Formats: sequence, structure tokens, C-alpha cells
Amino acid sequence: MGVYEMLQIIVPSAIFFAAPLIFTALGGVFSERSGVVNIGLEGLMVIGAFTSVVFNLTFADRFGEWTPWLALVAAMVVGAIFSLLHAVASITFRADQVVSGVAINFLAIGLSLFLVKKMYGKGQTDQIQIGFDKIDVPILSHIPIIGPLFFSNGYIPSYIAIALAFVVWYILFKTPFGLRLRAVGEHPMAADTMGINVARMRYIAVMISGALGGVGGAVYATIISRDFSHATISGHGFMALAAMIFGKWHPLGAMGAALFFGLAQSLSIVGQTIPFLKNVPTVYLLIAPYVLTILALAGFIGRADAPKALGTPYVKGKR
Amino acid sequence: MMKKKRIGLALSLVLAAGTLLGGCGQGDKAGEKKDNFTVAMVTDVGGIDDKSFNQSAWEGLKKFGEDNNMKKGRDGYDYLQSQSDADYATNLNKLVRSDFDLIYGIGFLMTDAVTKIAEQKPKNHFAIVDSVVKKPNVASITFKEHEGSFLVGVVAGLTTKTNKIGFVGGMEIPLIEKFESGFRAGVKAVNPKATVEVQYAGAFDQADKGKAIASSMYASGIDVIYHAAGATGNGVFSEAKDLKTKDPNREIWVIGVDKDQAPEGVVKVGGKTYNVTLTSMVKRVDVAVYDVAKKTKEGQFPGGKVLEYGLPENGVGIAPTQDNIKPEVLKAVNEWKQKIIDGKVKVPTTRDEYKQFEASLK
Repeated sequence: MGVYEMLQIIVPSAIFFAAPLIFTALGGVFSERSGVVNIGLEGLMVIGAFTSVVFNLTFADRFGEWTPWLALVAAMVVGAIFSLLHAVASITFRADQVVSGVAINFLAIGLSLFLVKKMYGKGQTDQIQIGFDKIDVPILSHIPIIGPLFFSNGYIPSYIAIALAFVVWYILFKTPFGLRLRAVGEHPMAADTMGINVARMRYIAVMISGALGGVGGAVYATIISRDFSHATISGHGFMALAAMIFGKWHPLGAMGAALFFGLAQSLSIVGQTIPFLKNVPTVYLLIAPYVLTILALAGFIGRADAPKALGTPYVKGKR
Repeated sequence: MMKKKRIGLALSLVLAAGTLLGGCGQGDKAGEKKDNFTVAMVTDVGGIDDKSFNQSAWEGLKKFGEDNNMKKGRDGYDYLQSQSDADYATNLNKLVRSDFDLIYGIGFLMTDAVTKIAEQKPKNHFAIVDSVVKKPNVASITFKEHEGSFLVGVVAGLTTKTNKIGFVGGMEIPLIEKFESGFRAGVKAVNPKATVEVQYAGAFDQADKGKAIASSMYASGIDVIYHAAGATGNGVFSEAKDLKTKDPNREIWVIGVDKDQAPEGVVKVGGKTYNVTLTSMVKRVDVAVYDVAKKTKEGQFPGGKVLEYGLPENGVGIAPTQDNIKPEVLKAVNEWKQKIIDGKVKVPTTRDEYKQFEASLK
């Protein structure tokens, strides 16, 4: 197998693997930039995956080809509502944000499995019939070399994820809303004196993270697992969290990190077929993505500075 | 502020009380004499509807109960589901105290728990599925997965057009090696020109890895993939279905595992329905569970023995859904099945045995 053929396998699978992580990590960027730690990303993904699969199974006959898209919207809405729990606990009641996030994770998996059991009478749902199709992007897929690598056999949500990272970058760094959001996360008291409603900004940020986390879970469930069970989302929320930190709380950085995870992951899989790597025991290839992550975190990116007010509830008028 | 605190305190008290009281739910009446035969099982974390061996075991138990006019519950047949690894021993103990005549531990994850409890309660009868516990009061139920895998290997070898076949394993453990070796032997026996690409995902619950592996396999020209990887295999199905959607004329197949996975392979393209599931290697845990319960009821509890359910016992085989298998292939499968049952072919269980098998073909 030539290098180009190998890339043709590695790159598309890196992109589809990264897409759910990108959505969720971008959600994390919103929440944490506003000063609210969101360990609950995993739980939000679970809720998103659950919602999209149930929606898809219930309405596939009525909406036909549009079902997966509407399922994404449903997952977005439910994710945003679900994240309100985290917002209320950690912003209004000033609970410990890490504890509240962990509670979200437990609640999400428990609640969704309970509902699956009630609705379908079994521990996992059926497989959905209508998912996102693999597409060759018109025109772009005909570009020599790059076309087959990046624009063939892709899924539309993957491209949306990458585009969204740029949109989020624009919102956070080029709009007044973004400036306020970051100010609330860096120095809430200063923001407050300038007339910004800190609690309101944080509520909005957490709900956006819920919406994006929900989409991330939905994309994962619709494209990859196609059903919902206890094992559907297994650690992907935490990987998204790592991607966000790895990307230094920057939307484009988070996207890059997620793509890097995807690349490492698919490299570890395709590596098993590359002739000179074939004699390496599989286990080393399988741990490679994680080792690379640790190395990258420890060695290459330098210090990752979190938003200053991250994790501290804002109490009006307190010094 | 004060009010909030009070509400919080009240809430935590209610929760704490709930936990404590929940523990006393079932008073145990140990030593209560009964004359009817009772049987129960403990599932691992999958639960009785995991579409896999827990469900299959429960179906076997239910059938046994119904055939013998037993009721579900403490005086007949029952199950307890484990929420985590920590529950295995507790659940087994609970069933021991409820005086069940035969108690199953389902799945190799329960090996340690069954060993421990069997030691503590030498008078009770236990059985474990998919593992071996060497105790006089434990019957060990295992399967000849290699024999079933051999048959689906025959199907794969005769169906492939590219002569390239894939195998996706969950974890690289001796159990999955049995699947791999049997499968490769089956392919080689009927199609010496075909090659089998073997990859392990390293997990049974990561569909994304399964999908990535399948994607690379199908891209390299492989047209049949056999997965022995649990939920990781879902990714194999989803990749196959996506490729089928993109090009309905492309012939790509997945071979399922443990149960009939035909429902997982259904895909609708432009009003037409296709199925990418070629066949499945089914493991009849229900047959084995039923059989051991029956033996025990007749007073012949196979304690201390390792029972192996293979093709002759109908413990493994190919799935009842056979729409995608060509008639001549099915005929070949039945011939090989007979050869294995007659002992003319010895199916390899490890890679070393496979090498000997391969050498013997030449």
C-alpha cells in the first residue's frame, strides 16, 4: 500500500472521528471562557445522543430524509435545557462547578437509560434507519490529490463542525458579545462595573455549551453507533474536554486538537496494516493516541492558561 | 440563606434514609424448606436485554421455566441484574439466601465472584457461562466458538469476490482468538486464495474504532468483515450501511456475532431495502442454560465439569436468517458442519493450531 492510499484511509476517518469532539469542545470553550467549568460535557453528549436516536426512531417515517437534521436540532434544544441544571446549580446557587458537572454526567446516563427502558422495554434502542450519507463534495472532490483526501466520502456534519470553529472564533474575538463573555470569565467584577450582567452571560454560555454538547453526541450517535446504549458515549466528552484544554481554550485550537486526536486514533488503526509497523504489538499502536496526547500536553504547547475566573462563582459586591 | 440550608439538610436526610431503607427491602427467610426446583441467574452489567449472552441466557431460563410450569419469582425462576462489577458477589449471595437450587453467573467477568461464593457455600449448586471455575459445586459452560466461526468462515470464503476478507476482534484475549482461528480456518478450507486481514480494536464498546477499522478495510478492497467485538461491531455495521447507501450496487457484507444480527444490517436506499448482514455466528447460551438446568433438575448436576457446547449439541452455528447466503454456499456449510460433527475436521482454537491446520491443507 502506497503512502497516498494510506492517507486516503487515514484522513477521512480522522475527520469523522473528530467531528463530535469538535462540536463538544467548542461548547466547552463557551462555558469555560465565561468562567464556568463544564465537566458535564460527557453527560451533555449522552443526552444529545439519546435525544437524536429516539427522535430518529420515532419520526423517521414522517420526516424521511430530513430526520437526522431535525434530530440534531432536537438534541441541541434538549442539550441546552439539560445544561440549565448545571447553570442553576453553579451560577445561581454557587455550587462547586466540578461537582455539579459530575452530577450532570451521572444524571444523564441514568436518566437516558431509564427512559430507554420505559419507552422500548429493553436496555438499548434499535438501530436507526436513516443517517447522514457519505458524500463527495461537488467540484471540490475533483481537485487532484486534495479532493479525494478531504472532500470524498465525508459527512456533511463534519464539514459543519470545522466551519463552526471559525464562526465561534469570530463570535468570541470579533463581536461585543464575545468580548463580554470573555470579560465575565476573566474578571467578572470589572465586567459587572461596566454594566454587564454576569449571571446572564454565564447562563447563556452554559446553555450554548449544552446545545453544542448535545449536537456532538447526536452526531456521534447518528454517524457512528446508530443506536443508543450505555456504551454509546464512552469517554468522548472527556476527550472533548482534553481537546479544549489542549487547544488552550481557543476555538481553532480546540478544533486542531480534536483533529489531532482523530488523526492519532485512525493512525493507530491503519498502522496495523502498514508493513513496517506490522510487527509492533497492537497494544502499542492502540495506546499511541493517548501517549501522543500526554506528550503534546506536557511538551509542545507550553503553558495553557485557563480563564482567570474559571471555577469561581461570582458574588456581587464581594471583594 | 437559612431556609436554603434547611431545605438542603432535609433533602440529604431523605436521600440517606432512602439508601438505608432500600437495603432492607428484602427480608431473607433462609432455611425455609421447599419441594419444587428453583433456578436463577445473575447477569453482568449488560442486563437481560443486551441483545447478547445475558438476554440469550434469560431466554433459555424462561423457556425452561415455562416448560416445567414454573413461575417467575422466588419460587420458580428469576434473575438479578448487576449494575457494576461490585454487585456480582452480592447478587450471588442474595440468590443463595433465597434458596435457589441452581444459580448461574453469566459471563466471564463473574469468574472471581462465582469462585468466591462457591467456596463459601459448598452445598449450593452454581454454573458459570463463558468461563471455567474448578470447584466441585460449579458447572462450567463454555462454547466451541471456533466451530461456529469456521462455518461463517466457509460462508465468507465462498462469498467474497475480491478474495480479501476482514476480521475485527474486540480484545486480543484467548476467547476472541478462538473466533479468529476458527474463522481463518474456515476461509482457508474453502478458498485457499483468500487472505484474512485481522485487526483488534482493543475494546468491546467503542463503535468509533470499529467504524474506522471497517472504513480502512473496505477501502482496501475487503468485501466481507466478520466482527467479534460486541458494541465496537456497531461501527462496522454503520460503515457498511453508509457505503451501501452511497453505492447500492457495491457488494459489501458484515458477519454478525453471538446472535442473529440481521436486524442491524437493514438499510433503506431510495425506497429499496437492503441488508448488509451476510450471516451471523450465533452462540446458543439459551440452549446451554436450558440443558444444565434440565440435568440439574433430573439430579445429574454436572458439578466440577467443563461442558463444551459445540456443533453437535447445537450450541453454536449460523443464524436462522439466511436470505443473503447463496444455496450452494449453504450446501457447503452443511457439508462442513457434518464433517466437524463426525470428527473428520478438527477446527483450530489458537493461532498455533491454525498454522498446523493451514499446513495440513497443502
